This record gives sequence, structure tokens and C-alpha cells, in this order.
Amino acid sequence: MAAVASTPEQASLLSLLIRRKTVLVGLAILLAIACLAILAPVIAPYAPNKLSIVNRLKPPGTTFWFGTDEFGRDIFSRTIYAGRLSLLVGASVVCFASVFGIALGLVAGFFRRLDAPTARFIDAMMAFPDILLAIALVAALGPSLATVIVALGIVYTPRLARIVRASTLVIRELPYVEAARALGVPTWRIMTRHVLRNLVSPILVQATFIFAYAMLAEAGLSFLGLGVSPEIPTWGTMIAAGRQYVGSADWMTLFPGIAIILSVLSLQMVGDGMRDLLDPRFRRDL
Amino acid sequence: MGRYVLQRLLGMLVVMFVVVTIVFVIVRIAPGDPAAVMLGPDATPQDIAALRARLGLDRPLFVQYVFFLAQLIRGDLGESIFLNQPVLSALAERAEPTFFLTLFSILIAAVIAIPIGVLSAYKRGSLFDQTATTLAMLAASIPSFWLGLLLIQFFAVRFSLFPVSGYGGPGASFATRLSHLVLPAFALGVVSSALILRFTRASMLDVLSDDYVRTARSKGMGEFRVVMKHAFKNALIPVLTVIGLTAALLVSGAVVTETVFGLPGVGSLVVSAVLRRDYPIIQGALLIIAALYVLINFLIDMLYLAVDPRVRY
Repeated sequence: MAAVASTPEQASLLSLLIRRKTVLVGLAILLAIACLAILAPVIAPYAPNKLSIVNRLKPPGTTFWFGTDEFGRDIFSRTIYAGRLSLLVGASVVCFASVFGIALGLVAGFFRRLDAPTARFIDAMMAFPDILLAIALVAALGPSLATVIVALGIVYTPRLARIVRASTLVIRELPYVEAARALGVPTWRIMTRHVLRNLVSPILVQATFIFAYAMLAEAGLSFLGLGVSPEIPTWGTMIAAGRQYVGSADWMTLFPGIAIILSVLSLQMVGDGMRDLLDPRFRRDL
Repeated sequence: MGRYVLQRLLGMLVVMFVVVTIVFVIVRIAPGDPAAVMLGPDATPQDIAALRARLGLDRPLFVQYVFFLAQLIRGDLGESIFLNQPVLSALAERAEPTFFLTLFSILIAAVIAIPIGVLSAYKRGSLFDQTATTLAMLAASIPSFWLGLLLIQFFAVRFSLFPVSGYGGPGASFATRLSHLVLPAFALGVVSSALILRFTRASMLDVLSDDYVRTARSKGMGEFRVVMKHAFKNALIPVLTVIGLTAALLVSGAVVTETVFGLPGVGSLVVSAVLRRDYPIIQGALLIIAALYVLINFLIDMLYLAVDPRVRY
């Protein structure tokens, strides 16, 4: 039922999405960043950790496009290598938050008895500012790449769960779900096939924003020295290292910062475009 | 109405109870012995045992939880391991820079976002609207610590207009202390203006298409009066909500921004507590900030009740 109805709808959404200029630009920037990060070993002119004391703190030029840092390492190579980690963290956090957020939201929205305690738990989790909760979790679990992913995953799970719960509460009462129940379709099948399938679009929108926020939060944690090991190039650790050279070697902070902004901006452009499409108030603008 | 207030009050207490439980769990999920982690690798078994006893970690988990709740009810957040002072007084000592930083950031964000948001909605689809929404998206993508470093570079290092870091030192006048807050407040304010702008625009779009706005126009009322007196007044309620919630969330931005600007506030206290594994401080800061968020949420609901007659059911 729902599956048959949703296919042409989703196809038209996709074509509308691609026709939006901001979404297209966002996707292009995101794709370019992802390609640079994935192909970093091929594109990078130098190894990201190659020290060269004679070339320390060189300004941007033809030899070193983005300049060098205090150890003579090439900022361009480090920036594109760092993109791998930032994208990895963003994607992993989205996966973590999606799995747990969808499960939590579906259970809360579908089973009336579990709704109130789950909703209070979601409310309580949302009361903690994201980076502060992540800091506390990293402090408890010890800083590492896995911890950062788990901590940020825990932080963003309630945000997704809240949306899934709210939509499930509405869909649960729709006639086709009632019909499926009357036909004796098992609950898990109703939840996955009839409810979850209709939640794909709002989940996708929220997941795009979580991707962006997770990248920003990871940069913040790394900047504070609470993320991955400082030797691993991430945009946050690169900015933290450049902090000592503000006013003398500004390129050390400038380029990793621009990389963060472009990544987060492109994700927001895509997410915004999708949200506008799903919101009937904005759809008439198209 | 009384029943609604009571219901919301009870709801707030339940959420607070869950918040307290989450904070208790976070500190206890640390792998290994928290006392050993706090004291570092050089600690003797006697030191570890003494700290365990001092923090009550040698008791069963449930007993620890009951003691934790009892302590909280008495307003006692425990004692900092490294500062050797009660957590509450350590946080209170550092509250001033964080409070003013949050206040000024919100003011800057509102001053930027509200007029642009109103105009953006009024000129929906125009070049101004498109530029404003793109700029808002850009502002939301900037890490506040990066913007902070950029501001330091231009306004503190290059033009020496504002101090680079710190809070003026002990005995500094109020004006000197405030001058240390200009750049960090601007960094945080610009970044958080995006959310307020978006809400102002959406809220104005909603009310501008309402019947009473059309009626006001058809009566021949001037556009400025229609927008400001009829539409903006009604659009302001959701905007105030988001301003209130942003204020609570800004504390999170303050954690990183205070570190960049060397401000001795709650944020930098939390970061140093994390680096030193001073769990009571982390626990206390988490609790107070989450409680503030829940309280602001409750107060906003009550504000709705006072200003919007439709909520009184």
C-alpha cells in the first residue's frame, strides 16, 4: 500500500530537489569535499605528517598552496586528509543516531505504555547543550576517535528520536495502519514497512543537519584537546595548533576553518532544500 | 488554568529527576575506578581508597544514588577535587563572565536577527530575502572559536581596539571587564543570530498571511503600522521562545569561546575540570546548565499562558 504510493512521490521529490539551485550547489560542494578527502593520498602533494623544519611557517604560495605549519607540514595536504576524519565522524554519528533514534522514536510512538517514560527521557537528554554533554561523555569514557563518535551519537540520538516519535504518533492513527492491523500484519512489520517507510523524508532531513552539527561539534572537541589524539590531523586540531600563531601565520587557522564552514554550509543547504520541499508552506515557492 | 500550571510543574520535576539520573550515570560509566582516574597514575592505593571513601564510591551504586539525591535536595553539589572548595561556590565565582557573555551575545544576536528576519519575511523571495537567508546559513556554519580567533587577529592584534584575552585581572573595573567581553560576545552573537533570524522570518511569514493582517490593510492602515503593530507583535512570541532557549544553549558555545578568549568563566572551568578529571565540577556544571534549560522552558510556557489567551485551556 504505502510502498506503492510512495515511489512516484519520492521520485517527484527527487526531481524537485535537484531543480533547486541551493540544493544543487550544496551537493556539488559536498561532493567536491568528499572527493578531495577520499582521494587525499592521490591529490595531496606531501604526506600530511611530513616534517620540514626549513620550510616552517611558510605563507601560501606556489610550492605550498595553503602554506606550512610550525613543523613545516603542508597545510593543504593536512586539510584534505583531515576532511577524511571529519566526514567519517559525521557519517558515523549519523549512523549511530539513526539506528538508536529511529528505534527509540518508533517504540515510543507505537507503544502507548512506553511513550511517557521515553518522551521524558528524550526531553531530559535535550536539556543538555550538545557540546557540553559530549564533553562530559568524553571525560567519562576517555578521549579517542571511537569515544567522540559514541558521545556525539548519544547527544544527537534524542534529536532524531523526537522527530520519529512525533511522526509515528500521527501515522499510527492513519486508516491504512489500522487496516494492516485488522488484516493481522505483525506489529514489527507494520512498524518497519508501513510506518518507517513513510518517515524516510523527515529522517533524511534531520540526518543531514545532524551530519553538519556533528562535524562542528567534533571540530570544537578537537580544538579543546578533547577529541582525537592531537597528532591526527583534524580541522579542529589544526585550528588549535594555529591559535599560537594568530597574527603571524594566520593561514594555519584560516584554511581548516574555511573547510569546516564549506562542509557544514553545504550540508545545511541540502538539508534546508529538503525541508522546504517537505513543508507545504514553502513548496509553493517552487 | 491552575491545572495546566500544575501539570507543567509536575512535568518539569519529572524531567529534572531524569536529568539528575542521567548526570549520575554519566559520571559512573567511566571505565575503571573514577577515584584512580582522578588521582592519576602516581596515586598510592591508600590515596585512592581515601578518595573513594570521601566521594562515597565505596558504597553500593543504589546507596550512592540515594545519597546523591539527598545531597542535591540540600543544595549540596559536592566538593571539587582539585580546587578544594564546594562545587557550588566554584561555579558561582566563575558565573559573572559567563552570565554577561551570554547576555551580550543574545543582545547582539537579537539586534542583528530580528530586524533582518522581519524585513526578510516582508520582502519574501526578493534579493534581500535570499541574501539574508544565505548569510544566516553561513553564520550557522561558522565555528564560534574560529570566528573568535579571526576577531582577535583583526581587532585585538592588528588594530589593538580590544584586549586579546583574559578578564582584566583581579580588581579590574567593570568597564575594563566589559571591554574583554566585546569580541567573544560578538563571535557568539553572530553565530547564534542565524537561528533567531530563521525563527523571526518563519513566524512573520505565518502571521503576515493571517486574516487580521489583511483586514488591517483593507482598512487602509499604513504598511509600517500593519507590519510592526499587528504582525510583529504576534510574531514575537515564538521568537521570544527561541531567544530564551538560545540563551540556555549559548552556555555550550561559551565553553569553547571562553577557552579561546581566556575568560575565567564556567565554560573554561568545565574544560579544565575535564582535563583534570574533576568529576564533581563536571557533574555540577551539567546539572545547573540542564536545570536552567528546563526552567527557562517552563518559564516560557508560563509566559505563553500570560500573553496568549488561546493557551488557557
